Amino acid sequence: MTATMTRSEGRSEKRTGASVSVQGFFTRHSALMPTFAALAILLLLFAGAEAFLRGDFITPRNISALLLDNAYLLILAVGMTFVIVTGGIDLSVGSVMAFTGILGAKLLAEGMPVAIAIPVILAGGAVIGLIIGVLVQYFNVQPFIASLAGLFLARGLAFVVSLSSIKVEEPAILWLQSTRFSVGGWYITPTGIIALLAVAVAAFVMHLTRMGRTVYAIGGSESSARLMGLKVARTKVMVYVISGFCAGLAGLVLTAYSGAGYPRNGIGTELDAIAAVVIGGTLLTGGRGYVIGSMIGVFVYGTIKTIITFMGAEQSWMQIIVGALLLLFIVVQRAIVARSEGRG
Amino acid sequence: MNRIYKHRLFWPVLSLLVLIVVNTIARPQFIEITLQDGRLYGALIDILRNSAPLMLVALGMTIVIATRGIDLSVGAVMAVSGAVALTIIDRSGSPGAVGTVFVAVIVAILVSLVLGAWNGFLVSVLKIQPIIATLVLMLAGRGVALLITGGFITTVNSEPFAFIASGYVLLLPVAFFISIAAIAAVALVERRTALGVLTESVGINPEASRLAGVRSRGIIWGAYMVSGTLAGAAGVIYASNIKAADANAAGLFIELYAILAVVLGGTSLAGGKFSIAGTVIGVFIIQTLESTILFLGVPSAQSPVFFAVVVVVVVVAQSQRMRGAIARVGDAFRKQDAPERDDEKVEVAR
Amino acid sequence: MTADNDVPPIVEMRGITIRFPGVLALDGVDFTLRPGEVHSLMGENGAGKSTLIKALTGVYSIDSGTIVVGGERRAFATAADAQEAGISTVYQEVNLCENLTVGENVMLGHEPRVGGVIDWRATHEAATHHLDSLGLRIDPRSRLSSHSIAIQQLVAISRAMVLESKVLVLDEPTSSLDRGEVERLFDVIRGLRDKGVAILFVSHFLEQVYEISDRITVLRNGALVGEHPIAELPRDALVTKMIGRELDDLATLSSSAHRDIDRTGTPVVKASGLGKRGILEPADLEVYPGEVVGLAGLLGSGRTELVRLLYGADRADEGSMEIHGQHAKVHSPRHAIDHRIAFSSENRREEGLVPDLTVAENIVLGMQARQGWVRRLGKAESDAVVHGWIEALGVRPANPHALVGNLSGGNQQKVLLARWLATAPELLVLDEPTRGIDVGAKADIQRKVSELSADGLAVVFISSELEEVLRLAQRIAVMRDRRKIGELESADVDIDGLIDYIANEGEGSAA
Repeated sequence: MTATMTRSEGRSEKRTGASVSVQGFFTRHSALMPTFAALAILLLLFAGAEAFLRGDFITPRNISALLLDNAYLLILAVGMTFVIVTGGIDLSVGSVMAFTGILGAKLLAEGMPVAIAIPVILAGGAVIGLIIGVLVQYFNVQPFIASLAGLFLARGLAFVVSLSSIKVEEPAILWLQSTRFSVGGWYITPTGIIALLAVAVAAFVMHLTRMGRTVYAIGGSESSARLMGLKVARTKVMVYVISGFCAGLAGLVLTAYSGAGYPRNGIGTELDAIAAVVIGGTLLTGGRGYVIGSMIGVFVYGTIKTIITFMGAEQSWMQIIVGALLLLFIVVQRAIVARSEGRG
Repeated sequence: MNRIYKHRLFWPVLSLLVLIVVNTIARPQFIEITLQDGRLYGALIDILRNSAPLMLVALGMTIVIATRGIDLSVGAVMAVSGAVALTIIDRSGSPGAVGTVFVAVIVAILVSLVLGAWNGFLVSVLKIQPIIATLVLMLAGRGVALLITGGFITTVNSEPFAFIASGYVLLLPVAFFISIAAIAAVALVERRTALGVLTESVGINPEASRLAGVRSRGIIWGAYMVSGTLAGAAGVIYASNIKAADANAAGLFIELYAILAVVLGGTSLAGGKFSIAGTVIGVFIIQTLESTILFLGVPSAQSPVFFAVVVVVVVVAQSQRMRGAIARVGDAFRKQDAPERDDEKVEVAR
Repeated sequence: MTADNDVPPIVEMRGITIRFPGVLALDGVDFTLRPGEVHSLMGENGAGKSTLIKALTGVYSIDSGTIVVGGERRAFATAADAQEAGISTVYQEVNLCENLTVGENVMLGHEPRVGGVIDWRATHEAATHHLDSLGLRIDPRSRLSSHSIAIQQLVAISRAMVLESKVLVLDEPTSSLDRGEVERLFDVIRGLRDKGVAILFVSHFLEQVYEISDRITVLRNGALVGEHPIAELPRDALVTKMIGRELDDLATLSSSAHRDIDRTGTPVVKASGLGKRGILEPADLEVYPGEVVGLAGLLGSGRTELVRLLYGADRADEGSMEIHGQHAKVHSPRHAIDHRIAFSSENRREEGLVPDLTVAENIVLGMQARQGWVRRLGKAESDAVVHGWIEALGVRPANPHALVGNLSGGNQQKVLLARWLATAPELLVLDEPTRGIDVGAKADIQRKVSELSADGLAVVFISSELEEVLRLAQRIAVMRDRRKIGELESADVDIDGLIDYIANEGEGSAA
């Protein structure tokens, strides 16, 4: 029958000559472009700071501190990436992080063993995520509003647990922060390892499991994903659970980092996480993005913060610069989307 | 009776009444209003006074939401506005002069108008999703406010400025009159002109509106400018109330409460039909709830838990699934899953 | 003919009834599908084709009736259930994920795994295999969005192959394909049929239906008209069955086609070389007062694109326009409205109605938009306009406060027409104004257009129904492949001549 038909199709294959491989690469990986752009900005920031500070910036100590200081944000961004790739958004993560952090500190202060306290706070984060997911999926609430309820709930609960900060004395928690595995001037803490593990596991799930591919399919077209018979409902709830779980984990890491739980932690951190994810090349409309990109986004964020500290400028510049960067990336994304729509 | 039950303001009004009744039973002094030195005092008067900033922000948010948008930057705009006003007063030679305060307030509100115009530009011209477009200013705005105040909490001692939030005119708080003026202005402009219906048209079907010749760009842009301006006025009231510009605390979470007020008032977040009266009631519900929570002895920091519960109850009650369940109880003959699939069926019926 | 009545059916639907609020969408419809046949489902818009398909594929639940698939009684709750039972559907708007690769789209949810981990190499090999089996030699790693709609549709069919579907539902798969692509799709369909797959085919194009089908089931107004082997149902009989008595109703309408038009004066609108790269090749069009110019051509031929440029809904990047002999810029709908051009889109729901507003608000929207937001139309003026047009067009219900979203298609179309007529246009552009509406409303709209043009209104009229174009228009501009290929006086052609012109004019030996 039709096996004789050999005409080759597809625009990328119509091109001939030496430019094929290069152009083909960019056509095929156009989704990666924003992530490359983020990487370029990161390198530029490094180079600029290095030149400006006359070689005092790119030191093993500074780079190591980058991971240490931003471990909690990295974990939040990982969870947020899942949500945003489905086309949703999770505003609750900063508050959930505060809630789980203070909850952990309180439980430990009351003598609960670490082996129980940690699973409890991780589950606490996941449960809030579950509530959000169920609202989104089964009650058709916009992700924005559902996660807003999660934000209120977690922030309020954080203050219910304690109105003031609680110091953590538990050695196992402090160990997460104080231990430094070092090579030369480089070091990494267990919190840093946890964050990198989160990135690795998330990247694995996103790219090598059916659930991960379903996340992308939902972001591309939810109705198509449903008509294709994919497990849309389960996956959509799951991404919020993952995000909540990550927020719980971030709460643990932040508590270890600061040595205390504090109910006012993480006000506005959800915005930082969203900004990092977007800067890392994830499309806010869903369907495109990489966990690795979000990691780069977090490092861009962290580097700007470090540079501002080094320059002795006011931290308020941080918010302005991140806002500006966010804007830049959004405009670039719009241009890319507009172009690809024009092509299709 | 059936018509009253179906009216879109039925539930909001009922909720407010229930809250007031419950409060009155729990503490009869709740509805007591006393006259002292030519001023009225009481819990209800406090609610009227304290609700002013939220009222202004929620009014602006209503218009923005009607265009299918959202304005997350209102809190940050409040912070900037407060910082601008306080800095002008602080730096002037005569902080107590009415003229100084007047100039400070006008400049603060103009700056807010510009910030609103910026949001509107991103949304209506660059076509960036409203959540994201306003997120930019939400992030950067507080940074700007901090820069203006030099990173400190600027405090001033200015009689006329303090008057805005805590003064009284004709027995009632000035802030309440500001609320009334804003409500009246918005309601008049939206409902006496064609702006309201054109805004709804743009919110319901932007493309159809464009093809019908509606200047949707201008309408959307304008909505964000209104929202920015009202947020600026709210920022002034907030700053006047604490006699200080606190760039971190001013308007914190107010965008969330404003959105909640709009939703409580029956305006759909999907845009389109909006109700000014509904938003006003929504604001009073939130403020009364806040007062109730305080009365219960719950630290105000913990009050978000209650609001979370309110949000969940409201959205679940509004969801098709719940309505379907209610409809099934009411009408056994109704098809089991019809309400959930209305949208798809319209598609086929076309 | 590969199918005969002796083969046990793969799908048997009996007495299917589906009610939507206020509408009986399907009324006791029977439908039988046998392995190894291509079975076309025919009917006008609103006949219930899509509803029947959605009942079969689990998108809608049925109110009564039975569905038997492969000898087992089934009630699918979701599309996934139907797929599991071997029923795959390819829709007109390709239901795949453009952000993913071709291979992923083919294999999504069925990727070969090793211990829960997707084996990408095996996935792409399997995808290549399935694409190959349809004669599709494309790189499974290329992005879906880099391929044409035709290829995407074939990819969607490949996906059905992965699921080893016994039933393949093709809902208007050819509406955006060119002739070569259709041929290619048909080759694939025939191949599948020969392998014993049962194919349910829906298309508006009669030629295609006759080319590919073995059997036809006709629906009208949600009811079954009949099931016939293709050989026993000549085209005119099919059309009669599809349209039913409606044909007679419309035939009584007086034709305005033979009215003489004075084309010596200045045209109301004169477009010269109006075009947009990749959308429409430069085209000329003149419309004189009192004239109805029909635009004929298939879907995607450029007819909608041309009028959108005329109205400024899309911006032309070449060409110029003259209105009443004066050079005019029409870069946006606002400009067009200022020049008294009105445009009613073919896409009533997306681009026409504001469903949550009332009939009255929808009708005055155009007037109000032109007047600006500051001055609201007075209540008296607005009431007069609204009542006048509800009356004149016979909008039902005649309640100005009814939400327009709750009206039937025909009445919605009348409301849109009222919106434009209320602005007192000099050129009225109607894109498919009678699509998917009941015959009464159709007749009302045709009559109104005819009347208005007799009073001097210039009209551009687009319709897929050539009879309608021939009846209303004095002059017909014919479009094909995003190009205007010529103009005809309707007095000079009949419907066969017009079809022939659309299909063959200027093609030389191509057929």
